Amino acid sequence: MDNTFFETKNLHRFFGGLHAVNNVSVKVPQGQIKAVIGPNGAGKTTFFNLIAGTLWPQEGEILFRGKKITAQKPHVVAGLGIARTFQTTRLFGQMTILENIMVGRHLRMRSGFLACMLNLPQTWSQDRESKARALAILRDFGLLECAHETASNLPFGRQRLVEIARSLATEPALLLLDEPAAGLNIYETKELAELILKIRDQGITCLVVEHDMSLVMNISDEVIVLDQGVKIAEGPPRTIQRDPEVIRIYLGDDHAQNIES
Amino acid sequence: MDYPQIVQYCFAGITVGSIYAIVGIGFNIIYNTTGIINFAQGEFLIVGAMTAISFSQFFPLPVAIGMAILITILLGGLVEITFIRQVRNASILRLIIITIGISILIREAMLHIWDEKVRFLPYFTGTDTSTVTVLGAHISPQVLWVLGVCAVIVLGLTLFFKYTLTGRAMRACADDRMAARLCGINDRWMVTLSFMLSAGIGAIAGCIISPIAQTQYDMGAPLAIKGFTAAILGGLGNSMAAVAAGLFLGLMEAFMVSQFDVAYKEAVSIVILLLILVFRPSGIFGRHEINVLRTM
Amino acid sequence: MGFRKYIPVIVTALMVVGLQIVLSLTGATYYLTQITMSAYYALVVIGLCLLMGYAGQVSLGHAGFFAIGGYTSAVLTTCNLIAYRDNSLIAWCGSLGLVTQWTDIYGKDILSFSPWAALAAALLLTSLIAVLIGVSIIHLKGHYLAMATLGFGLIIYRIVLGAQIFGQADGISNVPPFGLFDGLQVNGRLPFRTQNYYIAWVMVITTMMLAINLIDSHIGRALRSIHQNEEAAHSLGVNTYRCKLFTFVLSALIAAAGGIFLTHYNGSIGPSEVTVMKSIRYVAIVAVGGMANLWGALFMGILLNFLSLRGVFGSYDDAVFGAILIGIMLLAPQGLLRKPDFRAVLSFLSKRSHG
Repeated sequence: MDNTFFETKNLHRFFGGLHAVNNVSVKVPQGQIKAVIGPNGAGKTTFFNLIAGTLWPQEGEILFRGKKITAQKPHVVAGLGIARTFQTTRLFGQMTILENIMVGRHLRMRSGFLACMLNLPQTWSQDRESKARALAILRDFGLLECAHETASNLPFGRQRLVEIARSLATEPALLLLDEPAAGLNIYETKELAELILKIRDQGITCLVVEHDMSLVMNISDEVIVLDQGVKIAEGPPRTIQRDPEVIRIYLGDDHAQNIES
Repeated sequence: MDYPQIVQYCFAGITVGSIYAIVGIGFNIIYNTTGIINFAQGEFLIVGAMTAISFSQFFPLPVAIGMAILITILLGGLVEITFIRQVRNASILRLIIITIGISILIREAMLHIWDEKVRFLPYFTGTDTSTVTVLGAHISPQVLWVLGVCAVIVLGLTLFFKYTLTGRAMRACADDRMAARLCGINDRWMVTLSFMLSAGIGAIAGCIISPIAQTQYDMGAPLAIKGFTAAILGGLGNSMAAVAAGLFLGLMEAFMVSQFDVAYKEAVSIVILLLILVFRPSGIFGRHEINVLRTM
Repeated sequence: MGFRKYIPVIVTALMVVGLQIVLSLTGATYYLTQITMSAYYALVVIGLCLLMGYAGQVSLGHAGFFAIGGYTSAVLTTCNLIAYRDNSLIAWCGSLGLVTQWTDIYGKDILSFSPWAALAAALLLTSLIAVLIGVSIIHLKGHYLAMATLGFGLIIYRIVLGAQIFGQADGISNVPPFGLFDGLQVNGRLPFRTQNYYIAWVMVITTMMLAINLIDSHIGRALRSIHQNEEAAHSLGVNTYRCKLFTFVLSALIAAAGGIFLTHYNGSIGPSEVTVMKSIRYVAIVAVGGMANLWGALFMGILLNFLSLRGVFGSYDDAVFGAILIGIMLLAPQGLLRKPDFRAVLSFLSKRSHG
């Protein structure tokens, strides 16, 4: 019985002559934190974009809860319960933090254009509810005091948090985090690690692309290693740390031989 | 249609087509260095032609044209320095609106300097009645001037971008502005230069077409639309393809005119533009892949 | 949520009434005509403000939609069907009230479609064309979208200039008044001046309320999020394509409504309404109003159109709008009605002086 929570099968993506994602098959069980690591240009972000529907694979398929979601538009993927963050934070800079989170509630809003234009009672009751939920999320993240701050005025670390909060507002089952620790200092990274674990404990499966090895080794249940678009290793952090192939990629051939001998 | 008639249409098409090509190249030069579509591109042609017409009353024709080209080049530089340079890192919407504003200002200035009258430069050789027979068709010698000058412009630009240091520096800026700056290239000057260059070739095109097509203060916009169509058809940024696309567009238009009402001539080329934008925004010579990356 | 957002609506309504009273007390009622016309133009601006300011999609062809509305209504209400009076189809239309008989200023009997029927047809045609155009071009970005909408506007202009049915360069005149209800009619003649001033303002204020509701809702937030970062909005489940398309069609319909009413008010429409310059004017007004600022757009729409209609700018009319575009985009991209960015102005000036 093939009932994997999330799965990619033999994904391929080319850019001209570049084989950015080469035959990548991955399985993610529900409730896990799975990390995707690899050197720069290994195809990690492309892999994410394929899942999120930003890019479409030329071959292969993506299954979510047993359903095929290959080559769906991003908003459809989001509607199915897959949310993502971006490598460089992409907040709506001119909007307040609260409004940013409320855009994340868009999927839960039922009234259409006409109802919105006429401001029907159902529209504003929904709106009130969405605002309450957004404020609750902000409280959880300790961002309540800056709810009415314009997003672009926030310090970088905070912006990261808002972006994660915003993607959680869509109530996803699977969360894709693209290098969440990039640009954060040690303390912020530590807080981030706790946050990701907390998100997992709420039952949300996390797929994390990350460069920060200490973060990856600390929080993830399993690690996938990509190099030049190919999956070269997969397993629990401890095994990956000792994998000679992985060490060769990261540290060069000499080190790999040293460790083997 | 008999054979000489077909040749006739071909020449008419290639003539306007090569003008579209030059306008398209003008778009590309600026687009490559700045990422801006300069909506005032058409106005450069008219400014060039109008100035040449005025000067030609006092000076011999070649001198008048030379001075007109010089003035238009200065205008191009001035536009860049006073407006474009002020808005680094502006959104595309802002840049579009600014160049549209520039085109309106230039057009209105021309209206007040030269009024609404249709004017034209004298024929470079012969008069409006003299003809040359080519392949059985009677064509004006000015057509040969247009084709010759356009060929020289295209060749000259190719050599300029390929072999001169300045040309290479401009290409470097187009490729990676930051890296070019780190190599010691003055990127600001390169942008100004690109505006001057494209104003200059615009002025030349405006002058050589003026005896046949005549010149009026508000003819810049239609020319710009067609030049843009050529640039898009060839794939934005690809000047050589723009030449082919411009010629193709001119030929299409010439044969369409033979079939449809002249009143809809303009509409025909705009429909082509819309069709390309809808179905192949990367141009018929462009690679689809690049477009995918660009719109992502 | 909150009725505070309607306070400006009430203030505007009071100001409209106040202005009318002041103008009639001072005997300057002739201003009302131009204000009425400005109000119809301001409708176009409100629609464009939703599309450009909030959803961030530029349109250089909105005069085209204005013209589709105006011309359709003009053609249908002026085409003389009297020769086909006995045609069963026409008779059937007459029994439904779709066709009316009236007498033009030369005393000729004219049987044509009623303004209500023409209004419905014009709005239907506009939405059809807007959907068709929107579906094919709304996925375009930046320069491409600008050029495509510019192309659309030019095609409409060429068709209007070229086709016999649209009166070519002369346009269509002798368009009948539009009788809305008993005694109320859109009519440009003197006795109807005050009445029409209020009809126009009711239109504007109603549209404003709808627009305010829209931008204040989750869809308004979605539109703004598309403007600021389309990819992020898309990834949060916003159907960006549908949102943009709907806004495009909505703003086209608003523009067409402006065109229909102004045509009946003026009794005529001509190709000068369809020029690219007209479209750019609307863009300029939205820009001066501050892009994502409905009230700014409305205020500037009334003010600038009024000044232009009064002939204040003389032969520099277009040049003024060109200068406004450049000036605003260079110095105050947030519009004139926001807190001005003095730093930008200062740095601009200091850059000047340092050469």
